[in-house]
Amino acid sequence: MPAVSKGDGMRGLAVFISDIRNCKSKEAEIKRINKELANIRSKFKGDKALDGYSKKKYVCKLLFIFLLGHDIDFGHMEAVNLLSSNKYTEKQIGYLFISVLVNSNSELIRLINNAIKNDLSSRNPTFMCLALHCIANVGSREMAEAFAGEIPRILVAGDTMDSVKQSAALCLLRLYKTSPDLVLMGEWTSRVVHLLNDQHMGVVTAAISLITCLSQKNPDEFKTCVSLAVSRLSRIVSSASTDLQDYTYYFVPAPWLSCKLLRLLQCYPPPEDGAVKGRLVECLETILNKAQEPPKSKKVQHSNAKNAILFEAISLIIHYDSEPNLLVRACNQLGQFLQHRETNLRYLALESMCTLASSEFSHEAVKTHIETVINALKTERDVSVRQRAADLLYAMCDRSNAKQIVAEMLSYLETADYSIREEMVLKVAILAEKYAVDYSWYVDTILNLIRIAGDYVSEEVWYRVIQIVINRDDVQGYAAKTVFEALQAPACHENMVKVGGYILGEFGNLIAGDPRSSPLVQFNLLHSKFHLCSVPTRALLLSAYIKFINLFPETKSTIQEVLRSDSQIRNSDVELQQRAVEYLKLSSIASTDVLATVLEEMPPFPERESSILAKLKKKKGPGAVSVNELEEGKREGGELNGGGERGGDSSAIAASNASTPSPSADLLGLRAGPPVTAAAPSAGSLLVDVFSEAGINDDGFLRDLEPTTESSDSLLAEGPGDSDSAPPSVVSEDPTPLPESDELLNKFVCKNNGVLFENQLLQIGIKSEYRQNLGRIYLFYGNKTSVQFVTFTTTVTCPGELQSQLNVQSKPVEPLIEGGAQVQQVINIECLTDFSDAPLLNIKFRYGGALQNLTLKLPVTINKFFQPTEMASHDFFQRWKQLSQPQQEAQKIFKASHAMDTEVLKAKLLGLGMALLENVDPNPENFVCAGVIQSKAQQVGSLLRLEPNAQAQSGEQMYRLTVRSSKDTVSKRLCELLAEQF
Amino acid sequence: MQFMLLFSRQGKLRLQKWYVPLSDKEKKKITRELVQTVLARKPKMCSFLEWRDLKIVYKRYASLYFCCAIEDQDNELITLEIIHRYVELLDKYFGSVCELDIIFNFEKAYFILDEFLLGGEAQETSKKNVLKAIEQADLLQEVRRLCFLKAFRGQKHFAEQYS
Repeated sequence: MPAVSKGDGMRGLAVFISDIRNCKSKEAEIKRINKELANIRSKFKGDKALDGYSKKKYVCKLLFIFLLGHDIDFGHMEAVNLLSSNKYTEKQIGYLFISVLVNSNSELIRLINNAIKNDLSSRNPTFMCLALHCIANVGSREMAEAFAGEIPRILVAGDTMDSVKQSAALCLLRLYKTSPDLVLMGEWTSRVVHLLNDQHMGVVTAAISLITCLSQKNPDEFKTCVSLAVSRLSRIVSSASTDLQDYTYYFVPAPWLSCKLLRLLQCYPPPEDGAVKGRLVECLETILNKAQEPPKSKKVQHSNAKNAILFEAISLIIHYDSEPNLLVRACNQLGQFLQHRETNLRYLALESMCTLASSEFSHEAVKTHIETVINALKTERDVSVRQRAADLLYAMCDRSNAKQIVAEMLSYLETADYSIREEMVLKVAILAEKYAVDYSWYVDTILNLIRIAGDYVSEEVWYRVIQIVINRDDVQGYAAKTVFEALQAPACHENMVKVGGYILGEFGNLIAGDPRSSPLVQFNLLHSKFHLCSVPTRALLLSAYIKFINLFPETKSTIQEVLRSDSQIRNSDVELQQRAVEYLKLSSIASTDVLATVLEEMPPFPERESSILAKLKKKKGPGAVSVNELEEGKREGGELNGGGERGGDSSAIAASNASTPSPSADLLGLRAGPPVTAAAPSAGSLLVDVFSEAGINDDGFLRDLEPTTESSDSLLAEGPGDSDSAPPSVVSEDPTPLPESDELLNKFVCKNNGVLFENQLLQIGIKSEYRQNLGRIYLFYGNKTSVQFVTFTTTVTCPGELQSQLNVQSKPVEPLIEGGAQVQQVINIECLTDFSDAPLLNIKFRYGGALQNLTLKLPVTINKFFQPTEMASHDFFQRWKQLSQPQQEAQKIFKASHAMDTEVLKAKLLGLGMALLENVDPNPENFVCAGVIQSKAQQVGSLLRLEPNAQAQSGEQMYRLTVRSSKDTVSKRLCELLAEQF
Repeated sequence: MQFMLLFSRQGKLRLQKWYVPLSDKEKKKITRELVQTVLARKPKMCSFLEWRDLKIVYKRYASLYFCCAIEDQDNELITLEIIHRYVELLDKYFGSVCELDIIFNFEKAYFILDEFLLGGEAQETSKKNVLKAIEQADLLQEVRRLCFLKAFRGQKHFAEQYS
């Protein structure tokens, strides 16, 4: 082939490009570009009509300037003109410009689409291809609207040239990805599937990408592709390396097509037809055999292509997870790669083994490579490979090797790259907890973790160790001793101080017998760290100190002195100052009995999924890269999960609520519920009693604590009768809710926070928290106008029998809302027994003299009182069977009203409040959940099964929802509520 | 594949092809970040890395880095060979291709890529067929020899990296 003779020689362009290259500075470049832009602009505006060649040249220059990173705001029209040129190169440049610089200018889109339409119907294959390339490159919705109907026709027409078919297939794929609703295969489905049989390998290569994507979304419609794919694969795998001519790549027959075929098969379960399955297994065996053959070429391209197929085959074997023989062979093959001299192969082998480790058939086989993997973690020079090794160690960890793996990971952490430390820390923490046989090992591990990588230990990790220590009394003494020793280090991480402060505050007495760790020694040790710590840690330490006063009366005077010092009692930080003042008062006024009750040891935490695990899942999730994003993700997740939002009002309340020992508030703010609510049922209720007692003894004290009592007053535990305001919920007539109120209610079945209602005047935001059978709702009424609302009143009523099912208390709300202002209202709810209706919220106010009156349903639904229940598959089905009376089951089959996105479904089910059980239903597409509804009268166990059918016979996406629970009304209500959610 | 970037050792972007809709701002941000990440890597390191929720596959040919972003289920090794096949196509078309060919004939580099990959998927993997399509197109155009281009030669050719 002659060296570049084919340039179409836009000399002016070449000169311009070399001018730019010769520019010595950015300024010179910009100057040269501006000169050129002025020149082009004048040419385009000039009186003389430009010929096609010049137009092409200038458009090409503009494109070059744009690709250099400069903005281009003209030339689009000229480019569009080029599209209708008869000269191929002019048309081609026009299309390239459009592809790169699409502009949503509607006038232009119409012109572009016109030109494309002309080229598509030109029957000139090169023109048709250009037009299709342009559609595929732009892939906008407008183009999908214009061409999604036409392209399938081109794709399957008998007289379409092969090259056009190829472009059409991938063009359609792109449109399907951007606008799946507009690409309807319908009648073409079977002909598209049969493209797998096309004689032209290029057509198959292009078409299979489309078929794979369509199969993922509509597996049933496309399932005939399985047998076609298997036979195509079998033909390729068994062909000699020269059979496929130009589709053989470095002695490997059709590697791209082979990989795509194997990928397509991963959209389906193993073939049911025995013959097809046999043929496929044969293919997979051949691929594994070929990996053992000596290479036909020394070139890396040969081995890459061959191994690409091998890895794809292994992915398929793992996907099927049903052929123990193949799984073990795959594992052995990957084992060989673990020590390969090619870094790429080592990387991929580690990655692929991670998935093998989770298969019961190959888990043991993977474990045999532990030494190699540990070695990789220590010696690989590339951080991305080490990361894979760490992932694999995590995946292969079980009870038998946990101690070794955790120890290796810990020692690796000391030198680990900053980029992976946080994830490593989470993994170590999870493994340590998951496989802890003795909890002293667990405590050691976590403290080591803090010592080695304190900066990377997120709150979840140290919260968790405290939860576990509090819940297991056999480890408390050990924990106190170890943490005491760890704090001896001259420089210890602030997280260590937090854990130390908390644990010694709770369990310091367990080691106080030893004179080396006597109460005063403990206190002095903690206090020596105080000045180096941040405000939240200091706040935590202050709480530890007051706990010390209770545990060790002999420290009282020392600690009081500290609290009394100016640096505490006059601290510029409000939180610290308040704690110092209140703790000082508390310690000097309350009797020993009162102190002992107020500062009693923290009660055990309810068992729940480790929040660390949730964090790791998030971290692994899409987009979660930086710590900041993670934190955000956590917050969003929290909202959907039903409540836990640590920011904003709830934490503000927690902060002012100094009467609750606040380390507990921090701790409980994890995930399941915000601090205030969380602390309520146990410690909180005690506190309220204590304060009323204190009030009798000493009025001044109570007055001092006025603001505090008010916020503790809003604790859920407070008996719903002793609110100081008259219950405003006594209303004679039940108002009629707005017609859309049911819809608004449905919006909040799976979430707790959001905008409940909005019209031109008023916006109502809602935040709610639930725990056991108690709930609290914060309503935020926002005046959207600039005029004040007067005589603003709200009433909450329970219509009909709901009165005996829910206990609802609302605090009165400010009667005046200034323009643009917002007022808050708190509503406490107690679930007495199960219920179906929702309380009504009536709002009345005057706006510019006119009385406004509206009634909404308050989104309190029975599912809010769910406690998630984790259980294994066996237990689930046993319980399912126990609930077999016909009235205990409610079932609904309904059309999907949203896209069937697994992640969204999961999030909604989690938001529902039940536990989403993995690996329970034999069909992985289905979801099952379990939970217990907590009401004052009884607990109602409920099980749920949701079966999505992405391709029901009607062509609609359907769901079947089955709910079983011990009470028929609950099954029925849950079913009704949920049928509106998906 | 979500996008492909070609950039020089100095970090200059020579070709960018996006198969997912992104704003210009995002494109620039991604490019900046990736160029930095890839250039910071040492020669013997592996060709794959995790980046955001994507997998990056890259390879250096002489002075140019070819860098592709693929999704989680995509095959790294076959992507590496996509890059190689593209280099082969460029090499065959230009005759011992070097970075300058791509600078001065950037539009051709885009055309060849479009024949080979469309919408981020392989459209035609046969070298012969791709070049045939490009040459047919070349035959349709008025031939003006670009004689001075070769005067820029002297750059290292990618082909030397073939072994």
